[in-house]
Parts: sequence; C-alpha cells; structure tokens
Amino acid sequence: MENIKKLILNTVPDAVIEDKQKLTVTVASDKLHLLAETLRNNVELPFDMLVKLIGVDRGEELGVNYLLCSSTDLSKELVLKTGTTNRENPLLYSVTNLFETAHYNEREVFALLGIRFINNPDMRKFFLNADWNGYPLRKDYDANPELNPLSLESKDMIDIAPRIMEVDGKLVEENVNIFEDDDYIINIGPQHPSTHGVMHFRTALDGEIVKKIDVHSGYIHRGIEKLSENLTYPQILHFTDRLDYLSANINRHGLCIAVEKAAEIEVPERAQYIRTIMDELNRIDSHLLAWACQTNDLGATTAFIYGMREREIILDIFEKTCGGRLIINQNVIGGVMFDIYTEFQKDVKSFIIYMRDKLKEYDRFFSHNVIALGRMINIGNMSKEDAISYAVTGPAGRGSGWSCDIRKHIPYALYDKVEFKEVIRYEGDSYARYLNRLDEIEESLHIIEQLIDNIPDGDICAKVKPIIRLPEGEYYSRVEACRGEFGVFIESRGDKFPYRLKFRSPSMALVSAMPLICKNEKISDFIGIGGSMDYVIPDIDR
Amino acid sequence: MELKNINIKGIPTAEFKDNEYLENYIKELEANGVNVVLGKIDEFINWGRSNSIWPLIYATSCCGIEFMATAAAHNDIARFGMEVTRNSPRQADLMIVAGTMVHKMAPLIKRVYDQMAEPKYVLAMGACAISGGPFVNSYHVVNGVDQIIPVDVYVPGCPPRPESLFYGLMQLQRKIKLEQFLGNKQR
Repeated sequence: MENIKKLILNTVPDAVIEDKQKLTVTVASDKLHLLAETLRNNVELPFDMLVKLIGVDRGEELGVNYLLCSSTDLSKELVLKTGTTNRENPLLYSVTNLFETAHYNEREVFALLGIRFINNPDMRKFFLNADWNGYPLRKDYDANPELNPLSLESKDMIDIAPRIMEVDGKLVEENVNIFEDDDYIINIGPQHPSTHGVMHFRTALDGEIVKKIDVHSGYIHRGIEKLSENLTYPQILHFTDRLDYLSANINRHGLCIAVEKAAEIEVPERAQYIRTIMDELNRIDSHLLAWACQTNDLGATTAFIYGMREREIILDIFEKTCGGRLIINQNVIGGVMFDIYTEFQKDVKSFIIYMRDKLKEYDRFFSHNVIALGRMINIGNMSKEDAISYAVTGPAGRGSGWSCDIRKHIPYALYDKVEFKEVIRYEGDSYARYLNRLDEIEESLHIIEQLIDNIPDGDICAKVKPIIRLPEGEYYSRVEACRGEFGVFIESRGDKFPYRLKFRSPSMALVSAMPLICKNEKISDFIGIGGSMDYVIPDIDR
Repeated sequence: MELKNINIKGIPTAEFKDNEYLENYIKELEANGVNVVLGKIDEFINWGRSNSIWPLIYATSCCGIEFMATAAAHNDIARFGMEVTRNSPRQADLMIVAGTMVHKMAPLIKRVYDQMAEPKYVLAMGACAISGGPFVNSYHVVNGVDQIIPVDVYVPGCPPRPESLFYGLMQLQRKIKLEQFLGNKQR
C-alpha cells in the first residue's frame, strides 16, 4: 500500500492521507475524479470496484465517501473523501464514467442529501418523488408531515432527466429525454408478480425485443438510514433483518461485526460457531427460494413447490432455535441471543443428508430440461468487466468469472477455519447463475458439516453494556450475504447513536445491471433474467 | 338469526376470538328483518363465495415471502379454496396487503383497489400494513394501509406466521358467510 500512497501524492499533492480503519484520502472535489481515475487504471493494483458511495452531512459541509477496492483482491481497500461547503447548491463531480454502479448511488445521494453530480447523465431523484420537499438525510431536514402530505393522486410518468454537464470548463444545465418520441413503452411493475418485489421497469420495446429499460425505485423506501440515526445500536439491529429479509441473519451479522470491531468486543467461540452455521443455513434457505422463484418465472410451478418444501425444514430448525421463521433475531452485538437446542445437531445432520438427495433430484428434473436450457443458456450475458464495473457480486458476479466471495477474500467469523470452494463459472449467462446457486448450496452444506460436530462449550454472548458508545470514527464492515456483498458503514461521533449509518445493498448492483444485460433480449426473457439475478427490492430501497 | 356455528373446516365458533363484532354485524343486518327464502339463497351464495376467495397479493416486502410459504407446500392455501392468486385486480375478491406502504406507493394501491370488482375485501398482513410497524416514525411510510383503503381483517405479526394468516383468512370467511345481499331490505 506504500506504493499506492506515493501514487496518490504524485497525482494530487495536497491530498490528506490518514491511516484509520481503512486508508482514508481526503481531496478537493475537483481533484476526486482525476484521483479515482488514476487509482482505477493503476496497473499494479487497480482500484476498480466501487463498493460503497456514501453521502454524508458532515455539518458544515456535505460530502461523499467512496469505498474502493481492488477486484483482484477485495481486501485491498481505500476510502476517498470529498465534500462541498455550499449547502444551497452543492455540486460534486460524478464518477459514473469510471464505475457504472455510481449511477444509481449518485441519484440516491441527490434524493436524500441534495448533492448534484456534474457529468452524471441522469440526475433525477432515485427513491423519492421529484416533488418531495427537503432532503431527508440532511441534519436540518424538517420532518413536518404537512410539507410532504400523503397524496393519493396518480402522477404521470415524466421521462425527462435533468443533468449538469461540463462543456469546455463551463457548467451547462440541460434536460434530456430518456426515451425517443416513437418508442413503445410498457410498464413492468411496480406491482407485478414476477419482478420479485415492487420494482418499476419502464421498458421500451422494438417488437418483442427490449430496447431500453428505465428503472424507477422507491416504492418501498422506508427511510431506515434516517430512522437509525435516532436509535441505539442494539435497537438498529432489527432493521437489517428487514432489508434483505431472505438473508436476514447475514445482514444482521454484518452490522454486529461493524459494532463489535468498533467497540472492541470479543465474540465467544461458541457464538461464532452458531453464527456461521446459522448464516450458512440462511444461505441455503435463500438460494432454495431463489431457485424456486427462478423456476417459477420460467414456468415450472412444480419446481417452485419443491423448493419451498425443502425450505420449510430449515425454517423449522430456525423456529426451534429462536422462535422466528423468516426473520430470526438471532445475532446480537457480542454473540447470539439464543443457544442451540439439544437436538440441533441431529436435525441439521439429517437435513444435510436429505438436501444432498434433493439436489440430485433438482438436477435430474430441471437443470437439464430442454425448455429451461433454451431459456437460460446464452441469455442475459454479463461479462466480467461489466460485473466489476456494476459491482455485481454474489452468485451473479461469480457466474461471470469474477472471484468476489467476501468469505474467501476477507474472512470473518469462522470462514478462515473451514475449507470450501468458491463456485465460479465463466459463461456469464442465466444458466451460470442458476447453477452457481445450486452449487453454493452444496458448499454451504459442506461448511456446516465441518462445524456441526465441533461446537465448543461456553458462553453464547459476551458481556455487553445495554448502551454502547462507539469511539469517534468511521467503521466499515463487509459480509457475504446471499445475493452478494452486504456492507455497513457507521460514522460515530462518540454518541450512543450513529451519526450516519449506511447499508451497502447487493441487490442495487444487481438491478443496475438489468438494463445492460436485458438489452436486445426478448421481453419474455426479461422475467427469467430477473429471476436469475434474484434481487430483493426492500434491500435496494432501504 | 344469531351467531351459530359458522362452519369453517370444522372449527367451532367458540374456537375463534372476537366474536362480538360478528354478532353486532348480524344485529345491524337484521334491524330491517330478513325474508326466509332470500335469506336461504344468501346463505347458499355465501357458502360458495367464502370457499373460493381469489386473492390479489399486494406484496411489497417480507410478508410476501410468508405468503409464498403459506401458498406453497407444507401449509397449502388450496385447502381453503384460495390458491387461485390473481394478478389482475379485476379478477380478484380479496387484496392481501403484505408489507410496508410508503408515500410513493399510496396512489398505486388506491388505483389497484379501485379496479377490483365489488364485493371486495382487504386483509392487512403484518405490522407495517396495520400501523407502519417498525418504520412508524419514518418520513416516507404510511402509518397503516387503512389510511388509504378500508381494511376488513388485520393479521398482526412481523411477519405473521402462515398459521396466523390462515386464522385471518378464516375470520374473513366467517364474515363473508354472514353477509346478506338479497335478504337485506336496505339493498
């Protein structure tokens, strides 16, 4: 990393470099793009993945933190910080031409903090309606409901995007049309049974070929990040479960790790074992549901019923352990809330045997079905470069040949003690993503097998004060959720509440890649590709 | 007519909670008297209607997954004649609102509700649909779907188990079984 420091100072001599939890570089807003470009194109260690783009109201100034990492080694991380003191008309430079994933993130920052990005080709608000008053994540936001009353009037969709471009050193504000005048546009969603949630895809068609997709989000934007700013850390935990409810336990694990690292809490060995086993069970549960939904999207209702049948067994184990089915409230800061029950090992072991058998069955009756193959092979292709640029992680990213498993790159809990294979395929189509999920179920079973007999005795939770004050600073954590990398960012000012909390949602990256991979595919395959990407919408909207 | 054993899958009336509201409902309906013949026809129609409720799933978040679990293997909603989930509001009798309702979604749910044909029912599934749930203080969350559309049955939970959803659906069936379309002179 010393070379990187030199490179940064060579590029931007007045950059401030600090060694915090992550290497943090603060630069002026007009230098950020240059620095990000240099780091991205650095041959020795390219910082070509934008993990998180975090808008922060720092009081005096409005700023953005960029967490970058290298796509070849995800543990090499770097934080870029910039900001502007102009609160009336805050302008920063966009990095959309370097990282495609920045598109939606920058629009999100505009909706929630009011920062506009120069050179972003589409500066509409994400999540919120265009006429929303105020910017919720600003500290001086007026939450008076009279300013934004509940309206039941349907609004027309306006397909015009404002933007600010820099032309010959001058800023030009302009409006562009999203679609061409004679485009035939259909709305898929927001209330559509096959969009896996309340996503709104405005799709321009040429015959039955998808020409362009415009994504509208925010139909389940619940303002979790703002709510968290007024809650103590143990109180925030339950929000993580309701983000991506299918990987509820893993999300919660991510937040716990962030707080534990910051407060220097040692998690007992037994709790680590329980956490890891529960995470993997959660992953199997999620992949089963993803498999079931994808087959359902392709028209195989029977397969859907099969997937849900196996899933119920895991839910029963969850229920016996902690009383919850979908949202299990198992992880707490310092350990786990409930100990495993006496028959836990026996139940899990019999499930492993059962599940292996069923995986063979799935393979036999769906994975080689002619119709299924015709609708998955060579459909929805995503190259490795695109996966990195759109920051598509998880089974989808690994389906494009990108080794992006956080469990391998930055091991947490017990993942450095168990042996497992990172499932990677190089085809990049729907079928690769489909097979990846089934193989990952097998790998998860393998991980559980190694741990289940060795659970040590001891405490299940460290002694933790009811009110946790984190020391001042910025804390990041990254875990491998079922759909990809889930991340937590906490900025603490020494209080019992976080100053700013941000979740990195894997699903947002998946959806941002949808317009790319669905282009020139048939409209009927759009749903199937969506099934193979397997996004969860509340995770995006937060 | 008094609240007798409204037979739902062999579960007697005493097993259900909150029977008073149905008794009051009957009193209200009976205030104008009931014709015996038309009353019997009503009973027959209601038997059919209550056993073939076609739901529209307005699933926005976690509760939608529990609905899927309810509909799939193991719990099997088909036992109640409700497995025909309709994606078009024009074909549905019941809207199951499963999940948080936010400001941006409010006009849309109203529109979908208006597209449903009478008689129509709404079931609010989960804490969010009832009151806003954990997100009650949020700037963008509607505190209960009943601020937008009328709700017949509330099913608490976060998310409710399939069993509680069944209980709510059976309560709705009981409500439907007591309705009078022909026998009520007010109509």
